[in-house]
Amino acid sequence: MKTVITIKIAGEAGQGMQTIGLVLCRIFKKAGLNIFASQNIMSRIRGGNNVFELSISVKPIHSCRQYADIVIALDKSSVSLHRKNMAQDGLMIFDQEKFKVTETNPALFHVPFYAMASEKGGSEMFVSASACGIIASLTRLDFDSVAIELKNTFSDKQTDVIEKNIQVAKTSFDFMQNNFQSNRFAVIKKKTDAGLLMSGHEAVALGAIKAGLKFYSAYPMSPSTTIMENLSRYARQFNIVVEQAEDELAAINMIIGASFNGVRSMCATSGGGFALMVEGLSLAAMTETPVVIVDAQRPAPATGFPTRTEQADLDYLIHAGHGEFARVIFAPGSNEEAFYLTQKSFQLSEKYQVPVLIMTDQHLADSYSNNKTFNLEKIKIKRFIISKKDSKNITNYKRYQFTKSGISPQAIPSWINDCIYADSDEHTEEGHITEDASIRIKMVEKRFYKKMALLSKEIENPVTFNLKNARTILIGFGSTYGALKDTCVFLKKEKIGFIHLPQVWPFPAKKMITILKNPKKIFTVENNAGGQLAKLIRRETGIQVNGSILKFDGRPFNLDILVQSLKERRII
Amino acid sequence: MTEFKDFLSNDEIAWCPGCGDFGILTALKKSLVSLGKNPHDILLVSGIGQAAKLPHYIKTNVFNGLHGRALPVAIAAKIANRNLTVIVTTGDGDCYGEGGNHLIHNIRRNVDITVIVCDNQIYGLTKGQASPTTDQGVENKIQTNGVILEALAPLEMAIALGCGFVARGYSANGEHLAWLISEGIKHKGFSLIDVLQPCVTFNKKNTYEWYAKRVYKVNDDATYNFTDKCAAYQKAAEWHDKIPIGLIYKADKDSYEDRSGLNSKPPLNEENTEQIDISGLLEKYK
Repeated sequence: MKTVITIKIAGEAGQGMQTIGLVLCRIFKKAGLNIFASQNIMSRIRGGNNVFELSISVKPIHSCRQYADIVIALDKSSVSLHRKNMAQDGLMIFDQEKFKVTETNPALFHVPFYAMASEKGGSEMFVSASACGIIASLTRLDFDSVAIELKNTFSDKQTDVIEKNIQVAKTSFDFMQNNFQSNRFAVIKKKTDAGLLMSGHEAVALGAIKAGLKFYSAYPMSPSTTIMENLSRYARQFNIVVEQAEDELAAINMIIGASFNGVRSMCATSGGGFALMVEGLSLAAMTETPVVIVDAQRPAPATGFPTRTEQADLDYLIHAGHGEFARVIFAPGSNEEAFYLTQKSFQLSEKYQVPVLIMTDQHLADSYSNNKTFNLEKIKIKRFIISKKDSKNITNYKRYQFTKSGISPQAIPSWINDCIYADSDEHTEEGHITEDASIRIKMVEKRFYKKMALLSKEIENPVTFNLKNARTILIGFGSTYGALKDTCVFLKKEKIGFIHLPQVWPFPAKKMITILKNPKKIFTVENNAGGQLAKLIRRETGIQVNGSILKFDGRPFNLDILVQSLKERRII
Repeated sequence: MTEFKDFLSNDEIAWCPGCGDFGILTALKKSLVSLGKNPHDILLVSGIGQAAKLPHYIKTNVFNGLHGRALPVAIAAKIANRNLTVIVTTGDGDCYGEGGNHLIHNIRRNVDITVIVCDNQIYGLTKGQASPTTDQGVENKIQTNGVILEALAPLEMAIALGCGFVARGYSANGEHLAWLISEGIKHKGFSLIDVLQPCVTFNKKNTYEWYAKRVYKVNDDATYNFTDKCAAYQKAAEWHDKIPIGLIYKADKDSYEDRSGLNSKPPLNEENTEQIDISGLLEKYK
């Protein structure tokens, strides 16, 4: 088997590429193979050109590949759009009967998939099932595994819909078995379990459920909405209230109201929606109410590219909110990190009564990959509010009591035998409005200095790879992790290593200064135009990196693009 | 049982002498005493403005948040901790201006909270600009040629949106207002009480004298049917010469807590969250 086989299914929005792409992901995952799938989608419901990209590998894989071994072009525009990104012996499947392509090229292979879809499924809508059958045949899978997965996927549909999908896939599978002889795309099945298959936002949702999330409020906004969809799917089972807010102002204020009453709460949005939440962020900090907020980044300013990816909100999240206060910002780069850090977000947020922000982006959110099954035994969820049992004897409570640590235990209204006052104005220990200068100083120290000092002791360690003897160190945060990992594995002879930061605030300054003691060259790798991470490193450590590899076309990094960038800069 | 003194706060009151808010504060305390509520079981939520200071002058739980954002905090507090009696004290700027969108959608949401709007038809805290309910033509430092926007009609809007409890009180008529607040609290679902309230410093038009000539109690008329939506709408539209106060519209319907099933479960904040088993869930991803 080739080291990696990359498949792209391209067509118009609404042709079912995502559904069938996921069917294929599950089939390959169950065959013991590693996969990474990402979605290149346009901001429209129908038409345009969307791509589901899937890379399959025997060894672990963390990002896509630029060049496709197999392209299924479901429409004419896909043929010309994807011709330039084909692997050397790549194959492009198209339907000559449906859309005439005059070019003659051995890489082009005609399959009458529209006719097969209509004949066996009764509608051209089944063309994606045909794509599934074609790919299964090219990769030499058993058709049984395809049939099983189609049944699972469409289990909530009527029997004839399932049957039609299977028939169309089978006809297409057989057509390829009879007409395409080469085994060059065959995969080798493995007996080992490839673990769990999910997207980054599915991992966030699962992490939140495990952490005890009971109230979620959000206004739909790409690419954050998948968190709400996933939570809604399990809301009944886990008794979670998922409330679609009238706007992002409502969403953040709702989670503050719920959290003030002891319910673990979260909201998610993208940059534009987060702009509306910023006053609420400041309120959460001032009232010392725990909140967890996800910013699923997309290219901006303003509406930007609604369905594409960027990492340009780093500075924004660090500085968002009027006034000065402590916060935590995580930047998960994989499903595992998304799952574990979402739990840590709830823990830290409640323990220190601070806002915790989770930066994801469209690439992490919508990409599917397999990961080791989560170690649930290892996870200890602990509550930090005053329990109902311990509340009964409390008769004299100050919400903002000055303590040595700076943390005032959070009591819940109606649980204690006293009243609780919380205020967005500067307030006394009791929570009443004050303009007293000395109280002001103590309160700022409590919310800012003391909490930052405590949070600095719980910083998530940077992830390092191949740093020993490295001549060049690449540094990234968030979703660039996959491309960095694949690239450094691929370039293992080049003495190149990387550092991935799953937490960007408080910044792991001490750790980074130690790690970067004697490097030859340092470059940041960022999905933004400003080199924001490079500047952050400079601000927090004094270390000036040698340069930044920046990508701000709305598309994620992958192995091929990163290797090419390194070559262009003569880093390798 | 609780007494009036159980609700006394030590906080110094920062309203102007003669402010209509004093009447509303007293009426609220009376209502809570008459309902036998325990201060610990009540949460007052407010935003910003003179009305938003009110929770500090009464002893209950308080969350005093951002301008315009009292409603989302309040409804989520009720969803999280449904044993609480949740009351919002807000103003015409806070509720009808800055937070207008939340009013519209929380009427639809119908969480069981009571919203008291201290409506003085002027911005007090920012010193006398027009509010959404300022009458057309009123002059001030900003609208120097008189307000050219039409005044918002909050009661008509609420009735049109299907709000289950729509009332208007007058701050100088304390007993009547206390009764309205009690009815609002008892009503299952979102209750809106717009309270006419003179601003003695900035509103030179809608004064105690002005109101005294106009307000009348609509429920004194035994033929008035507050469950008739069309009649209620007509009544709510009365303004310039005669102004009705009382219960304008009432419709019993399922609350958010009924519709969502929350009412048949223990309070959300009493859920055990430390031992959640998601191992079955992970099977779906294998």
